[in-house]
Amino acid sequence: MNIQFNDETFRDDYSFKNSQRAIDRFPFPFHEDSYMYSVNMEQHQGGPVDSVYEKRFDVDEHYVSEMRDREMVLADDPLRCQSLPHMTLAGWDLLELIMVSKSEDYPELFELHREGANWHWINKPLGIDDRFVFMDDTTLPYGPMEYITRQTQGDFCVLDQREENLWMDAGIVTTQADWSLDFDIGMNFFEWHAPVPLAHEKGIFKRALKFLLNIQQGAPARRLNWTMTVNPLLDTSPENYHKWGVQKMSLTPQNLAEKQYLRVELQTFFRLPRSNALVFPIRCYLMSFKDIVSKPKWGRRLHRVVRDIPEELATYKGFIDNRPMMLEFLSRYDDGLPTSFGVWPDSHTEPALIESTS
Amino acid sequence: MNVPAPNSTAPKLTGAEKIDVTITAIVPLNDLVTRFEFKRSDGSLFPTFSGGAHTVVEMQDGDRKRLNPYSLMSDPANRETFAISVRRDDEGRGGSLFMHNKVKIGDPMVISYPVNLFSLDLRARKHLFIAGGIGITPFLAQIKQLVRTNGNWELHYSCRNASLGSYVDELTQKYPHSVHIHYDDEKDFIDLENLLHGQPIGTHLYVCGPKGMIEWVRSTAGAAGWPTAHIHYEEFLAPKPGKPFAVRLAKSGVTVKVGAHESLLEAIERLGVEAPYLCRGGACGQCETDVIESDGAFMHRDHWLEDEEKALGVKIMPCVSRFEGKTLVLDR
Repeated sequence: MNIQFNDETFRDDYSFKNSQRAIDRFPFPFHEDSYMYSVNMEQHQGGPVDSVYEKRFDVDEHYVSEMRDREMVLADDPLRCQSLPHMTLAGWDLLELIMVSKSEDYPELFELHREGANWHWINKPLGIDDRFVFMDDTTLPYGPMEYITRQTQGDFCVLDQREENLWMDAGIVTTQADWSLDFDIGMNFFEWHAPVPLAHEKGIFKRALKFLLNIQQGAPARRLNWTMTVNPLLDTSPENYHKWGVQKMSLTPQNLAEKQYLRVELQTFFRLPRSNALVFPIRCYLMSFKDIVSKPKWGRRLHRVVRDIPEELATYKGFIDNRPMMLEFLSRYDDGLPTSFGVWPDSHTEPALIESTS
Repeated sequence: MNVPAPNSTAPKLTGAEKIDVTITAIVPLNDLVTRFEFKRSDGSLFPTFSGGAHTVVEMQDGDRKRLNPYSLMSDPANRETFAISVRRDDEGRGGSLFMHNKVKIGDPMVISYPVNLFSLDLRARKHLFIAGGIGITPFLAQIKQLVRTNGNWELHYSCRNASLGSYVDELTQKYPHSVHIHYDDEKDFIDLENLLHGQPIGTHLYVCGPKGMIEWVRSTAGAAGWPTAHIHYEEFLAPKPGKPFAVRLAKSGVTVKVGAHESLLEAIERLGVEAPYLCRGGACGQCETDVIESDGAFMHRDHWLEDEEKALGVKIMPCVSRFEGKTLVLDR
């Protein structure tokens, strides 16, 4: 595969765009015409060729620009990356997992050469060529977690496991859906999920925790989550809410198709071998409503989901005020025909949109 | 995604991933304990693991398949070889006897990926290990891990007598200042109250050994005011024989007779019904099963269910627990 890396921005002039290939492989999160929380886990052991599920850590056309955006966020706010002292071993585990996975999955982009503890890492897209001693913190320019996650798309939470719970004891978080690592650092699974509505009552978190505690080496898992974002912003953090929150009010019926994005998180979970910690990469994919409705099935379904979602969820996900405007646009792409089950666009079998004549 | 990609599968529930291995060494340590070393049959490297992890060893004993957990006691950084040490239990259900009497060098076997239910708390300022007999095995791997990362640790190891002290010589030679051996037959017992009293704040306590020892260490530390989160223990229970009983598996639509010497989990598996498990010793909670209907008495033996749950009779851990009575219907 030959990836053409985009030169684009996720701020200011928002030159971010999705190619046709990126649209075709977008991880649309709704498998039916409605949405409610569920633990919805599956094994993360590959997926269809060229889908975002195929590789352990998906690298796409946004890679280089996303890493540039992360660098800017970290320069402004170093607390986006934190690791409590006992998490360094887990950081090395993560560095090894990513370097081994990427060099095996994308040999044309990444190389890892190991002679005992002497490692040589080549990252061609970012122009990095470093030699270091594995498990020797002094031989890298950053701690091991920060070093490798400055080179990997997605946020990373590194969770310590003890007392039958998971603890947010390390992470790098610059592409988040309005939550703060600096606020959550050191919290346990129930504490950091406390703000989520409805799910506690449904026992979702108890079941999810039980599942996560039992994720074992060699058997990673994945799920999708989603929200809405105005403008292709990666950094929708509480720290910067004063900058991006106001942009939600810039939406108009005229600009909505291009300005309103569905934000999907591909969340994966890997047990780390030396530390017994759990790493939780959260990879963000953005797609404009305009690109979504280019797939007839996705257009029909997104309209029904946004229309029928409980008010608490629309509020929590931050689009309750814009919902009427979103529905006005999306309703034009819902002709009432039934949709096929599952997340895939089924472009060759789903009927084209019947244009309304009224 | 509730609807997964067409070629992916739901999370695997029945045990950890498997590894094909070959027995490469069998080393008798004393009258009771023998070390077994494995290499991967395909010549590749093992995954690294964290000290305290166990592997589930599959034993094909005639037409009976046994699955027993053993702590990995080799160096976690050694990816060429995995090793376990097995104490022969002449009164047991036969897993250790199979390993001691039937396994030969060169035999192919299947073991599981490492699973850690007895992990080090890496926040600890100091790790204090209390081992009894074969309970030394998880600590052997943890010590190797801590030595590599300059960890602060101390071991108190209680054995019946010098001739049954597995790995005593190796430990005392390598770490003379950190290892303390106590022999029962010399009436040399661990002075636990004093030992706990002298520990720096931030010490974590780990115990692995016979049931009585685990209870003694936990209650002594608790009485001395140690926080529960600083007391770690691992005890794998072996399923105990009992009276045969019948169980109806509602989802699968079959009835199975559990034999006197097999566990409920083994009986379910014998019928080809997929059931989740990890430790097979009542510790991990993975095999927890809902009871739909029962008329009789449960023999709950696990460490997983709360006492209230056990009293209600609505859940059972089929790896170690049994039932006696007229009717038992499970949601499986």
